[in-house]
Amino acid sequence: MNMGRMKYVDEFRDPELIAKVAREIERTVDPQYDYRIMEVCGGHTHSIYRHGLRDVLPKNIRLVHGPGCPVCVLPMGRVDDGLSVAERPGTVLTAFGDMMRVPGTKGTPLEYKARGCDVRMVYSPLDALRIAQNEPDKHVCFFAIGFETTAPSTALTILRAKALGVRNFSVFCNHVTILPAIRAILDSPDMRIDGFIGPGHVSTITGCRPYEFIAQHYRKPVVISGFEPLDLLQGILMVLRQLRAGEAKVENQYRRIVPWNGNAAAMRALADVFELRPYFEWRGLGFISQSALKIKSAFAEYDSEARFELPGVRVTDPKAAQCGEVLKGVLTPPQCKLFGNACTPEHPIGALMVSSEGACAAYFKYAPHQQAVEA
Amino acid sequence: MCLAIPGQIVEFSAEQPLLAKVDVAGVKRSINIGLLADEPLDIGDWVLIHVGFAMSKVGAQEARDQLTMIAALGEEQQAMDEVRGYTFSP
Amino acid sequence: MNTRTKIGQIEMAHGAGGKATRRLIEGVIVPALSNPILETLSDAALLTVEGARIATTADGFVVKPLAFTGGSIGSLAVHGTINDLAVSGATPVALLATMILEAGLPGDVLEREVEAMAAAARACGVCVVGGDTKVVEHGMADGMYISTFGIGLLDERLTLGPQHVRAGDRVLLSGPIGDHGITILLARGELDLEAEIGSDTRAVTPFVDALRASVAPGLRWMRDPTRGGVATVLNELAYDAQVGVVLDEDAIPVRSEVRGACEILGLDPLHIANEGQFIAIIAPEHADSALDAVRRVSGGQDAVLIGEIVEQPGGVVITRTRYGGTRVVDMLVGDPLPRIC
Repeated sequence: MNMGRMKYVDEFRDPELIAKVAREIERTVDPQYDYRIMEVCGGHTHSIYRHGLRDVLPKNIRLVHGPGCPVCVLPMGRVDDGLSVAERPGTVLTAFGDMMRVPGTKGTPLEYKARGCDVRMVYSPLDALRIAQNEPDKHVCFFAIGFETTAPSTALTILRAKALGVRNFSVFCNHVTILPAIRAILDSPDMRIDGFIGPGHVSTITGCRPYEFIAQHYRKPVVISGFEPLDLLQGILMVLRQLRAGEAKVENQYRRIVPWNGNAAAMRALADVFELRPYFEWRGLGFISQSALKIKSAFAEYDSEARFELPGVRVTDPKAAQCGEVLKGVLTPPQCKLFGNACTPEHPIGALMVSSEGACAAYFKYAPHQQAVEA
Repeated sequence: MCLAIPGQIVEFSAEQPLLAKVDVAGVKRSINIGLLADEPLDIGDWVLIHVGFAMSKVGAQEARDQLTMIAALGEEQQAMDEVRGYTFSP
Repeated sequence: MNTRTKIGQIEMAHGAGGKATRRLIEGVIVPALSNPILETLSDAALLTVEGARIATTADGFVVKPLAFTGGSIGSLAVHGTINDLAVSGATPVALLATMILEAGLPGDVLEREVEAMAAAARACGVCVVGGDTKVVEHGMADGMYISTFGIGLLDERLTLGPQHVRAGDRVLLSGPIGDHGITILLARGELDLEAEIGSDTRAVTPFVDALRASVAPGLRWMRDPTRGGVATVLNELAYDAQVGVVLDEDAIPVRSEVRGACEILGLDPLHIANEGQFIAIIAPEHADSALDAVRRVSGGQDAVLIGEIVEQPGGVVITRTRYGGTRVVDMLVGDPLPRIC
């Protein structure tokens, strides 16, 4: 798509450079081995499909889509809790576009909007705060989702709300942290992952050090990678080179963006505003301890869970949904019995169909084509 | 979680020290630069933008180094292939 | 195809031009109204009246804000109706327009829009020969809605339809995509993005006329990619004709600002509405002349061949990158939504 260049994007989509890395990958793989490399972040999943990268990789490299999709891992009960705020008269529920078609038990945010609830999409939590300032007679609730990439933005928004003395704004906090989920996957007995493509934008905040336990304790290579085709391919190459050399360390492929020590200002904001919940349920993975953020009591007036009585009803997925096994790379999406019949992107049963970057949703969209390609 | 895009700082807000205007391929937006409070930022710098906040400054040198390194990939192998081409053994 | 579907509640998705719209039309409307002409589901319904082949089309225009850079609801209504006739292979003859006005709409806004319709109609050489006006209570109609009816005379030289599309045919696109949808998105002001971008609303008749004059025997199918974008119309073609469509990603023209807005918001330009573009499927031996013919018309300089029809995989639209990556371009259920993930 060609009218005008985007700096720091187009250079990393250069076809000649991509071809070079692809050739180097071919030279590096052991043709007898079936590689399984997990890319943790939903953004990586999206990028892989968007740029058609599976077509340029050797067939014996399987990319396993990890749990880094904050929409996918959000339990339905939590969606219901957020929507219950929208049902109250005089409230505005704001959320990112990603949330608008996520089903609760009685409908999606867009369906609630169609029924007359005031549900509005925002690009930034600051936009939600601005709505609160502009409409003082309403209470504005921001449905916060996302990993460590997004949580600092919510933190700064809460700090700003407090500094401005805004009284009609709260955040329904569903921020989760990626490392406990990776550890849960690594601890599971049927796990078979050879190496990891680490989340590029989460690492911008956390830095690269937190992933060292994966290399040191579990002896798996971790390469923090960017999102453009060249970044992902180079990241995969670096994982393959470590495997070939029998190494297991953390490397930073995304050096132009990710500082090794992360973003101290962002980490300070997180520490000021949030604390870790003792445990939190991840849809498809179950309860994981110390894996989610809660707003500190000092900011209780900005915490929707403190200001409102939320239903807090746990909704379980049908036992037939095999999201956990797909997340761990044990099954591919079509191997789940519900895939494509009971569970489709339009009628999602389990976590991985809910968001367009969930492993099953992505596979569903591209399955007919890929089967033809693989034929 | 992950959608972030590089944009160039074109203006700092006079009224609000934490706001800057960035340009992405001709599209402009006000961005909060509070997460980069520890770093010096200038007009013309490139930052990574996510949900209305700047997350990181783009390292021009690191970008150049990465592209140079990738461009050099396979050149050693190519040189070796060329050398091999000069032997006449079957 | 016409199995009845029960729809619990109408959602915004049903109006987005994608899968939900198709379900509404095919599952509720067509089965009820059932007749052979309707069931072809083409952009214009073709009637034979005393031997004359007449194309008829109906359209509705609902846009907020009413006016935006590059156009307004009035010009949109005229151009959109004319374009439906043009891509059906008909010469537009006349338009009718019904306006539903919200009580409280300022009189000068109505005047402005009627002027806009008149100017667009004049420029296209057609007249708005009749219509109706209704007023609804304040709080309804978002200012105004316009519903149109267009009549044209079919060009007998053309045989258009998905059944005529063959493997090897080429895909011609008239110009850059996404301008209209992004303009509207930015004009709503909720996303706080600024850009020098305007709607591409215009009549495509001059370009279609050039194609009719130069490559009539090679014209297989045409469509204007409005709501749902290029992705939607090509998916409909792939489904209706049971062919595959392979696009060359690098060939698809997208303006810098449209691309920038899409990258920031996580949108795909292929899903964004256009109001001044069309896609034509052309037999391969005529493709180069077709492109030439369109480019020679003022405003057609950005026309480009973006891909081709293949036999397999059927029913699917794919784009290919220069480095050999491929991806499926799917048809959305509802409107494209910005994302942060």
